[in-house]
Amino acid sequence: MAIEVRIPTILRTYTGGAKSVEGAGGTLDELFADLDARHGGLRDRLVDHAGLRRFVNVYLNDEDVRFLGGLGAPVHDGDTVTVLPAVAGGAA
Amino acid sequence: MRYDSLQDSLGGTPLVGLPRLSPGPSVRLWAKLEDRNPTGSVKDRAAFYMIAAAEKEGLLSPGATILEPTSGNTGISLAMAARLRGYRLICVMPENTSVERRQLLEAYGASIISSPAAGGSNEAVRLARDLAARNPGWVMLYQYGNPANTLAHYETTGPELLADLPEITHFVAGLGTTGTLMGTGRYLREHRPGVQIVAAEPRYGELVYGLRNIDEGFVPELYDESVLTGRFSVSGPDALRRTRQLLETEGLFAGISSGAVLHAGLAIADRALAAEERADIALLIADAGWKYLSTGAYGGTLEEAQARLEGQLWA
Repeated sequence: MAIEVRIPTILRTYTGGAKSVEGAGGTLDELFADLDARHGGLRDRLVDHAGLRRFVNVYLNDEDVRFLGGLGAPVHDGDTVTVLPAVAGGAA
Repeated sequence: MRYDSLQDSLGGTPLVGLPRLSPGPSVRLWAKLEDRNPTGSVKDRAAFYMIAAAEKEGLLSPGATILEPTSGNTGISLAMAARLRGYRLICVMPENTSVERRQLLEAYGASIISSPAAGGSNEAVRLARDLAARNPGWVMLYQYGNPANTLAHYETTGPELLADLPEITHFVAGLGTTGTLMGTGRYLREHRPGVQIVAAEPRYGELVYGLRNIDEGFVPELYDESVLTGRFSVSGPDALRRTRQLLETEGLFAGISSGAVLHAGLAIADRALAAEERADIALLIADAGWKYLSTGAYGGTLEEAQARLEGQLWA
């Protein structure tokens, strides 16, 4: 088992066009580092010196990781991580 | 109840129990029926407050033109108020919104400028800002950044909920402009320490997230992360399934964003039950289902409805 990470269209240049990739780690930070080893540059698009980038939302099993400990959020085999750009959405 | 006018009947919406969806007597779900507002959605609160604030500041006088990016409900609320007060309204709206919203806007006399489906409301906001810059005489109320939006919920939705449900433990609402969650959330947190404020954010198809660059992303100016305690991303299929469940189980004919809110509410209810904690969870039902009938969300099998919903802005 591994952790499935869903990649938005705009970042698929880093995954060779793949919609989702697999990774491993005990925390989100470790997972991103693991991904970056195979998809060089991806981590930089998600994280800056202050943590998650302002216009990047990351959901762990559909919950925003900013409320689960941010980059320190624990992740487990079988989890699904979804990366999405922050957009205005619809409901307005 | 008697009011001087339709606009005066704003708010004071019912809070109804959802006994069949609630897991038990110690974990209860409640629905605040915001479709019982003058034009049928929670957006009347923000829209009427924003217009009143603009009038007070002297920004609006009869004959004025209001411009607003909207996916529908705010536009409809503004269109009604504008009609009664003699303002002209121009809505910038993504082209992939349901036909009923356009029909209602036009019935109230508003003009619609369509923005491309790709990019969703991001593009509507961009286009509206562009138009506002080129037409300095127009007034953009700008619901994503207008403090009157948040204030409406701080002064009305929040107090109503606390009065009807003093034991409230969780408040769940959809996340768009964030005004509902920010205003209601701040009020509840000030008056009920420990209350959980949870966002249910619609997750759309890839089209809506089709930015050219991640730095083109958008976070509403009103958004203050510290007001929330949790945020769920709810997919279209989950929202649709729960919208049907609301109708079939409780008889509640709600819009699709309310299905997303129920989805988050049920996840919270399950956790409370597992932890053997008491919970009174208030769900905000932003509107009824009428405006979404043409999307096909309520007919046929779930799979058929999901296929039809693909590519549409469903909340």
